[in-house]
Amino acid sequence: MMQYMLLFSRQGKLRLQKWYTAYPDKQKKKICRELITQILARKPKMCAFLEYKDLKVVYKRYASLYFCCAIEQNDNELITLEVIHRYVELLDKYFGSVCELDIIFNFEKAYFILDEFLLAGEIQETSKKQVLKAIAAQDLIQEEETPQGFFEDHGLG
Amino acid sequence: MPAVKGDGMRGLAVFISDIRNCKSKEAELKRINKELANIRSKFKGDKTLDGYQKKKYVCKLLFIFLLGNDIDFGHMEAVNLLSSNKYTEKQIGYLFISVLIEQQSDLMKLIVQGIRNDLTSRNPVHVNLALQCISNMGSREMVEAFCTDLPKLLVSGETIDFVKQSAALCILKLFRNSPDSFQPGDYASRIVHLLNDSHMGVVTSAASLIEALSKKWPEEYKGAVPLAISRLSRIVTATYTDLQDYTYYFVPAPWLCVKLLRLLQNYPPPDDPSNKARLLECLEGILNKAQDAPKSKKVQHSNAKNAVLFEAIALIIHMDSEPQLLVRACNQLGTFLSHRETNLRYLALESMCLLATSEFSHDAVKKHQDTIINSLKTERDVSVRQRAVDLLYAMCDRSNANQIVAEMLAYLETADYSIREEMVLKVAILAEKYATDYTWYVDVILKLIRIAGDYVSEEVWYRVIQIVVNREDVQGYAAKTVFEALQRPACHENMVKVGGYILGEFGNFIAGDERSTAKIQFELLHSKFHLCSITTRCLLLTTYIKFCNLFPEIKPLVQQVFQTDHNLRNPDAELQQRSIEYLQMTKLASNDVLATILEVMPAFAEKESSLLAKLKKSKPQLEEIEREEKEKRSKPTAVMSEGSTSLVDFDSTNDTTASLADVFANNSGTGLGAQGDEVEIANKDDYLKFVTKSNAILWEDDYIQIGCKLETRNNLGRLGMFYGNKTSQPFNKFTPIITCPGALAVQLQAQAKPVEPVVAAGTQVQQLINFVCVQEFQKMPIMNIKFTFTDRAGAVQNFDKNFYLPLFISKFFEPTNMTSEQFFTRWKSLGAASQEAQKIFNALSPIEHATIESRLKGFGANLLTDVDPNPDNYVCAGIIHTQTQQIGTLIRLEPNKQAKMYRLTIRSSKDTVVQTLVDLLGNQF
Repeated sequence: MMQYMLLFSRQGKLRLQKWYTAYPDKQKKKICRELITQILARKPKMCAFLEYKDLKVVYKRYASLYFCCAIEQNDNELITLEVIHRYVELLDKYFGSVCELDIIFNFEKAYFILDEFLLAGEIQETSKKQVLKAIAAQDLIQEEETPQGFFEDHGLG
Repeated sequence: MPAVKGDGMRGLAVFISDIRNCKSKEAELKRINKELANIRSKFKGDKTLDGYQKKKYVCKLLFIFLLGNDIDFGHMEAVNLLSSNKYTEKQIGYLFISVLIEQQSDLMKLIVQGIRNDLTSRNPVHVNLALQCISNMGSREMVEAFCTDLPKLLVSGETIDFVKQSAALCILKLFRNSPDSFQPGDYASRIVHLLNDSHMGVVTSAASLIEALSKKWPEEYKGAVPLAISRLSRIVTATYTDLQDYTYYFVPAPWLCVKLLRLLQNYPPPDDPSNKARLLECLEGILNKAQDAPKSKKVQHSNAKNAVLFEAIALIIHMDSEPQLLVRACNQLGTFLSHRETNLRYLALESMCLLATSEFSHDAVKKHQDTIINSLKTERDVSVRQRAVDLLYAMCDRSNANQIVAEMLAYLETADYSIREEMVLKVAILAEKYATDYTWYVDVILKLIRIAGDYVSEEVWYRVIQIVVNREDVQGYAAKTVFEALQRPACHENMVKVGGYILGEFGNFIAGDERSTAKIQFELLHSKFHLCSITTRCLLLTTYIKFCNLFPEIKPLVQQVFQTDHNLRNPDAELQQRSIEYLQMTKLASNDVLATILEVMPAFAEKESSLLAKLKKSKPQLEEIEREEKEKRSKPTAVMSEGSTSLVDFDSTNDTTASLADVFANNSGTGLGAQGDEVEIANKDDYLKFVTKSNAILWEDDYIQIGCKLETRNNLGRLGMFYGNKTSQPFNKFTPIITCPGALAVQLQAQAKPVEPVVAAGTQVQQLINFVCVQEFQKMPIMNIKFTFTDRAGAVQNFDKNFYLPLFISKFFEPTNMTSEQFFTRWKSLGAASQEAQKIFNALSPIEHATIESRLKGFGANLLTDVDPNPDNYVCAGIIHTQTQQIGTLIRLEPNKQAKMYRLTIRSSKDTVVQTLVDLLGNQF
């Protein structure tokens, strides 16, 4: 089972965190700090797996973003790499060639997409079509629910 | 500012872009504080906010939190969003809750209510939101609220597919957090049949759930095996177009395949021949595909394909019954060892570690030895090299030990600092385990100290000394070798320690040589003295006093050293004391007395190698330990060992080795003590009867009857022992001795009244023993009884037996009364995983109310009636009294008459007692 997933930039800024096991806040921060430093220090040709505490960490870099998942000892590293890749594909398809900024400005969407794809640290739907269908349905509801007037909202609201 | 997707919240986007435009950390903080003040005033203001505004502010708070700031308000507003009838508002509410609200939050009741409403909604997207929230949090309240409804939702025919998918993983989350809230039999067969579902997404989710459930209840879920095999077989034989969107880069359903292969690893190979044949066909199919030309050059294709392959190999290793498949797997991994993908090399080395422990594939792995050694030398990534070290360690046996140890030593000189200590341990263990010649062993360890002295832990150099002391044939060689090693100009302190000890014991073996006379040995050692730490100097002082005995001619030299100010008046107490005492010894004691005191050390007791214990400690993962266990089974233990001289004794218990430092009495604490349980216990099959009663016969044979009567109050106990002589002759030299082994000595104080050394024929004597329970304890005190008696034939016999005394922590129970409400409030408050222990066991005797009741009463806690809603269950409450604290403890025993089983759950405020209590009580019914 996946214990957590972290997205961070080359500058070491955390962009998304998803915890499938409950950790105290302090420990979460420590884990993020340690993993980000450790992974950023690795060279490009190195293998995508490392051991961290009693977990296995699988990571992959896409442009300026690192995607990193911590899995348990018995879990399959290669399939986890492809979990990451499928998530990237989903983001890419949804945002249309996704970039770091999309995830910053639409962080809630990134979470919603992740929830349709992974749940409780396990994959729930591997079909790209099905996940995107679910997200499109969400967007449709959103459009129906949002009255026009609110677009005059002024920044500080 | 990029476009916001799906007509999102403009205010939020503006805020995010403001933050991004901040030039400094301070500016950012200022902007955030301004926003927080604004949101706070909006939430507090009189104007009621509409749903959209609430959603926007909650979302801003979430963003601020994700930037790494603390958020201390807005939780209520987020929870309020759940009752909105707008999907997007709910969605943000749920997101905030799952990211930001702690499991113990006061709001949990409200959240659960919100979830409950959405779960019963007719709109499936609302149901799905609620399910996602449960799977993200899985708090205790959620377990209690939904553990019965969700399985119904999952198996109901009316539930639509995507809800089923979420429900399956939702149950999985709740099950992981609280496995005991679920019953094994409920819906088992219907859940299992989800593997046959036509929707691949449902099958994928269900497979994860079934994998977890079958681990806990293999029997109830064994129906999953044939279904998983047939599903797997359909996928493996499918072409990539068959599964449409579930094919991933030309690999059919790789995620599901991996899941199914994992599930099958929870079971032994199938008994049913047709199932087995089908499974083997699948595995062969997967191995065959690995050799096909790739259908795509994309790395995703090869990753997905190999993910399935590695999982299949894991299953083959798990089955450990198909030599041919094991060898094929090994050959396949062999080709990966020199693959250009670093990831594959890493994984191949990792998998081979497991193959090396199977008797069928051990030899196949050895064929790749050169490649593996090569990766150790040439691999650029340290994590891959680490895997190579692990594999070399796993594949080492008598035939290749020399080469592997040599290669590891060579690598050690340049190895990364991060892995040196572990490598040193591994080399030391291999050298000891496979030594055919102990001179080789001594050479290896000395070389270890030379090239990686800083990483040689105490255990390693203790161990080499133990071995040299225990083996006469190597002592002379060891003395000669350390002497040579000490002659090198740069010499690690650990070498001085080993050298000092060995020369002190066996320096006489080489003193005949004019190049290493007593004086030269002494001067050589002493030339290092001033460069060493205090501990080492202390050790050297002992060596010097030993020299006084071995070589009386250099006594004046030694005395001079003892007399110098920096020894005799050293600020370090230990060093000073040794100098003074040793000096006095050389002056006062006669040569005979000196010779007795300073005799060669006796052989060390054989226990588990402390090195293995240390290695296990540094690698706490279960897997590693299991691997060791496997190794134990599949390989011979220490090769050199003849009978009892075995140096690496894998079968002994986990005691830490008697520390050598004890010899010099400068390390207190670790001693040869704690051997209590190694003695033969005469009543070890029977003593557990005392768990539920206080008076009974402890032992009876043809000669003696020993009875026990225990009374306790608070943390005090009084044990009456009755020794009855059944013979017609007196018992002489009657001595009962009570010991509290190991840690028990501190935990439980025992004081026995003396007894007369003679027990007259046909009489009974009584002895009182008082106990004070200082803190909770696990072991029992042991009583040794010795006496001589005359048997019927007139011969004098010795009686010498050890007995467990019936003193358990449960004897210090004080019964407490509670109402049902009090009980369950306490029960819930003891909810941490460590505060609970549970055992499910088969009934030893028929399940009868009266028996259970009397045993539970005898256990000591109060048996409560009308507390558990289920009248068949038993609950008890009590306080365990120790001198240091009182430990509240609750017990729940649930009999299952049909299954003839019990489930026993004990919760206690002290985590250390729950397991002990379960172990004690779990054998009584």
